[in-house]
Amino acid sequence: MKHINTLVKNCLNKSENSGCGECQSSCQSACKTSCTVGNQSCVNKDEKVNIKVKKAD
Amino acid sequence: MVHCFKFSYEGNTRYFIWDIESGSLHSVDCFAYLCALNRYGNISDKEKAEFDKIPVSEKKEIEEEFEILESQGVLNCPVSENILPTKSGGEIKALCLHICHDCNMRCAYCFAKDGTYNTPKDYMTFEVGKAAIDFLIEKSGKRKHLEADYFGGEPLLNFDTVKKITEYAKEKCKNAGKEINFTLTTNCLNLNEENARYLNNEMENVILSIDGRKEVHNRVRKTANGKDAFDLILNNAINFRKIRGNKKYYVRGTFTALNTDFTEDVKFLSDVGFDQISMEPVVLDENNALAIKKDDLPKILKEYEKLAQEYIERRKGEKWFNFFHFMIDLKGGPCLKKRLTGCGAGSEYIAVTPTGEIYPCHQFAGDKDFYMGNVLTKQFNTDIQKKFANITVLCKETCKNCFAKYYCSGGCSANAYHFNKDLYKPYETACEMMKKRLELSLAIYAIENNL
Repeated sequence: MKHINTLVKNCLNKSENSGCGECQSSCQSACKTSCTVGNQSCVNKDEKVNIKVKKAD
Repeated sequence: MVHCFKFSYEGNTRYFIWDIESGSLHSVDCFAYLCALNRYGNISDKEKAEFDKIPVSEKKEIEEEFEILESQGVLNCPVSENILPTKSGGEIKALCLHICHDCNMRCAYCFAKDGTYNTPKDYMTFEVGKAAIDFLIEKSGKRKHLEADYFGGEPLLNFDTVKKITEYAKEKCKNAGKEINFTLTTNCLNLNEENARYLNNEMENVILSIDGRKEVHNRVRKTANGKDAFDLILNNAINFRKIRGNKKYYVRGTFTALNTDFTEDVKFLSDVGFDQISMEPVVLDENNALAIKKDDLPKILKEYEKLAQEYIERRKGEKWFNFFHFMIDLKGGPCLKKRLTGCGAGSEYIAVTPTGEIYPCHQFAGDKDFYMGNVLTKQFNTDIQKKFANITVLCKETCKNCFAKYYCSGGCSANAYHFNKDLYKPYETACEMMKKRLELSLAIYAIENNL
């Protein structure tokens, strides 16, 4: 496309509504005065969003 | 629903379209940005004048591109009608343990009234802590991963009890086939070498409270006898950081109306060697001189932009750091239930006071209207639990069309109640900051991934 570059497609997978509840409670992290879940990981996906990702040279 | 936003970096303006319901991010040129505003959003008079100047042929091309993306379900995706979260079974998986209602500091903005929560200076006994752990295990059902957060007041003032509860809980959970992780939040005043080594060994996460620059910190975080303690606190925190290695921790600051230039505080914390940083806006009634007021928002939102620019620069090299509110996972992240229900306060997460009283979270502690029971008697009000379990972002009128709804889950229930006396009406000032941080997180993601 000339004017639009799609960077991320469908990152909200609404069909995957597992809700197993095994993830961290968001208020147990660093905030304590707000509620942010977008920066959390799913324990079933082995995601780590708070570690440095080393880029290949 | 579609949200259009822009971000300036290295002298260039980047334009983005965020499709709320599918979670798709598009980088666009200025013409497409204006066309999207015209097609989906509320275009301003100034932007409309710019839009009108776009050649007709270009507009036609852009409209065709929009239509292709719409047909693929990644632009202007409709709201799903059947995405209600699975019903909670009443399980509890996390505790906030108020290990003592006393503190050796007197922070000017403390929501807990100098750590006391307006209660006598109680210290949790091992018996209460043990009962809280037993209550958690009993109520956790099939949940395998449990959590307990030592909070206060200052938890290190009752550290022997922390150690006893931790030892008991790990053994008890092991026998019950569960895992328990601990977090402890400390003001670092008593974080000596011995305490630091214990926390490093036993805690999954440690939160170190430092507000940034010396003068900023000392202005609002005095010791109980009114002294400045920044040098000692920073020294203790840096020592802990060295011990901690790659294990999880955050240095967590609070900014107030007196330091809306908080990027300088984040830079300071980064400069002294911390690489996991959180900087939270203070939450106070608007009558307080330290409170973030609506009038402060324009400069605070600008400051977040400045922080994002500095963040991208530092993350290219040796001063890489992580900012809690700029973390985002666009390849997965939490499941939909988590996005809709948020922190789980009052439903799967509860606070236990030194006397064993149960409240929906630490910010409701002591409020009799939200008293849920006591771990010593095992009396527990499931009506309040059900009330909190039913709170989802989909039930909040002001969240329905918000582009950040799947990322903040409708905000903090305690803030909603304390500012609006309504658990379903979010605290607007926090909403504006949350929205800005989400825009910046998306822009940072695009720039860091060379997209």
